Amino acid sequence: MILSVRDFSIGFQREGQNLVAVDGISFDIEQGETFVIIGESGSGKSLTGMSIAGLQPQNAFVSGSIRFKDREILKRPDAELRKLRGPQIGLIYQDPLSSLNPVWPVGDQIAETLTAHGLAGRDEARKRAVEMLERVRIPDPHRVASAYPHEISGGMRQRAMIAMALAAGPSLLIADEPTTALDVTIKAQMLELLAELKREMALTIVLITHDMGVVAEVADRILVLYAGRIAEVGPADAIMLQPSHPYTAALMTSAMISQTPAKQELNAIVGGAPGLGAFPPGCRFHPRCPRAQADCRTVEPPRRKIGAVELACHHPIAAAVPLATARN
Amino acid sequence: MALLELDAVSKTFSQRRGGRAVQAVAGVSLAVGKGETLGLVGESGCGKSTLARLALKLADVTAGRIRFDGIDVTEFASRRMLPIRRRLQAVFQDPLASLNARMTIAEVMREPFDTHGVKLGANLDSRIRELLSFVGLENIDLQKLPGQFSGGQLQRIAIARALALEPEIIVADEPTSALDPSIQAQIVNLMLRIQRKRGISYLIISHDLDVIGHVADRIAVMYLGVIIEQGTATEIMERPLHPYTQALLSAAPTLAARRQAGWKRIMLSGDPPNPADVPSGCRFHPRCHLARDICRTNAPELRAMPGLGQMVACHLAPEETARTGAEVGRARRGMQAVG
Repeated sequence: MILSVRDFSIGFQREGQNLVAVDGISFDIEQGETFVIIGESGSGKSLTGMSIAGLQPQNAFVSGSIRFKDREILKRPDAELRKLRGPQIGLIYQDPLSSLNPVWPVGDQIAETLTAHGLAGRDEARKRAVEMLERVRIPDPHRVASAYPHEISGGMRQRAMIAMALAAGPSLLIADEPTTALDVTIKAQMLELLAELKREMALTIVLITHDMGVVAEVADRILVLYAGRIAEVGPADAIMLQPSHPYTAALMTSAMISQTPAKQELNAIVGGAPGLGAFPPGCRFHPRCPRAQADCRTVEPPRRKIGAVELACHHPIAAAVPLATARN
Repeated sequence: MALLELDAVSKTFSQRRGGRAVQAVAGVSLAVGKGETLGLVGESGCGKSTLARLALKLADVTAGRIRFDGIDVTEFASRRMLPIRRRLQAVFQDPLASLNARMTIAEVMREPFDTHGVKLGANLDSRIRELLSFVGLENIDLQKLPGQFSGGQLQRIAIARALALEPEIIVADEPTSALDPSIQAQIVNLMLRIQRKRGISYLIISHDLDVIGHVADRIAVMYLGVIIEQGTATEIMERPLHPYTQALLSAAPTLAARRQAGWKRIMLSGDPPNPADVPSGCRFHPRCHLARDICRTNAPELRAMPGLGQMVACHLAPEETARTGAEVGRARRGMQAVG
């Protein structure tokens, strides 16, 4: 196990009220896996992902525990966490321009992640920056190393950001919606590259996304968040192909379009996800759930296990019935 | 007769200070029939959104003709377009940007009636309520501002507004792309329901092949300003013949693909093309794994594939592409490849 999250909560104070965005979640991430956190807007998926990297909004209050390689990283001083990010934990975002400095050549920025952590001298760091660019399959790494971010294409910038995140040799890579803004053919290149780097560098990857196609392709295990709570967590095949939680089943519909006869209405859930501070009582999904009964409206569902999957639902879909059959 | 017809339309943007002119759309012909859905697919920079703006007469063509219900509207100024606009409406990707943020929902919904001088008097409010309830917004507060609604609700409001004057066609540019997955399915269902009940036509523009494949009767695939493949949704989704369409279809992984051992996608090398720097010959050749000499020198025409239905602009189709096309289609549907 590389990462262990226990009873983790994060929230904000707004107008004298405590608004809890992520509410007491627990899960583990195993060494070498691709762990995907799925959720819609307001589910708390990005707050969870960033907290794993020791990053929280300044005004947030947190509780619980996040242990990375048996070391507590929640509520630790910034200076200590900065030593982790880079050599231990790498981060990539949706928009590469948010992590690349526009007025600094790409190669120097990659080199800086090495010199800042005392992992190499200046000349050695420059050399390794070029090697990193080569490693992320940039065809002319020397040119790109001396280019400014605006001088290279979007696809190259994305690769340069990955090179920067991995330069100091982290074992955990956290990717927050890394492919969301990309065209499908470029998205395919990125997924292929991440898979290759994961193998070559023995990475554990945490991917935060709402793109079910990406999930289908890369996930080993999946965590489904809804309104700040865990709906379901477990092996990807079980969750994608035989979801037990009605919310997961509905989410998978969007990835199942090719299986629905053309022009027929999709198995959509009603309504939208609740916003912060408006989470309903009982099971938070109950107002949108086709299976909701009286207990769902009042009693918070306890976490239970069906096979290898853990879920929080009073009335799960029978686990033995595959999704495609269940929908007919 | 087609309801909306684009006949060899082009759009060139000239850059300031002597920069190179950019031809965003280069001789595209498309027709949308009555009650039909045409899906237009392509990646960023292919010119699909420019084409939507041309079809809506929000921008003028550089060459070619645009006909609506047989009327040539290419030269129509906004006053003459007014009666056509009633019949031709638009829905965009970002509803918050397309609705006036300072108008209440009541004002937003009243506007099309005012613009077109449709006087319903005392019946106007009940008509607005009827439209909103048709898109699934029964009890919303009409005095709220757009910013007080979620993305999914706003897209429903945008659709209700587009439906106000009972148009015959809606041009929808990425109508589901900015929405959460569970909301996307709702909007897809709503658009299908509107078509079933009202016989409306759609020109839907998207980069999302799943959505297009599901809602469209016919699909056109655009690359760097030109149509490279066009056919029925079944033809395109089950047996794409252009190497680019094949790559697009296999690039977007599906759950069905996950079920198969050894599923492999067709990878395109290189960056998306730049419309300011169009390659010679076939525009796709620098990224095509099949490319050979003729592809570098001669631009392929969009031509019928004997016995196969769709039109394809590729020198090597169908002889060298049909087999891969069938494999890509099967993989998408989650069927094991045979032979």
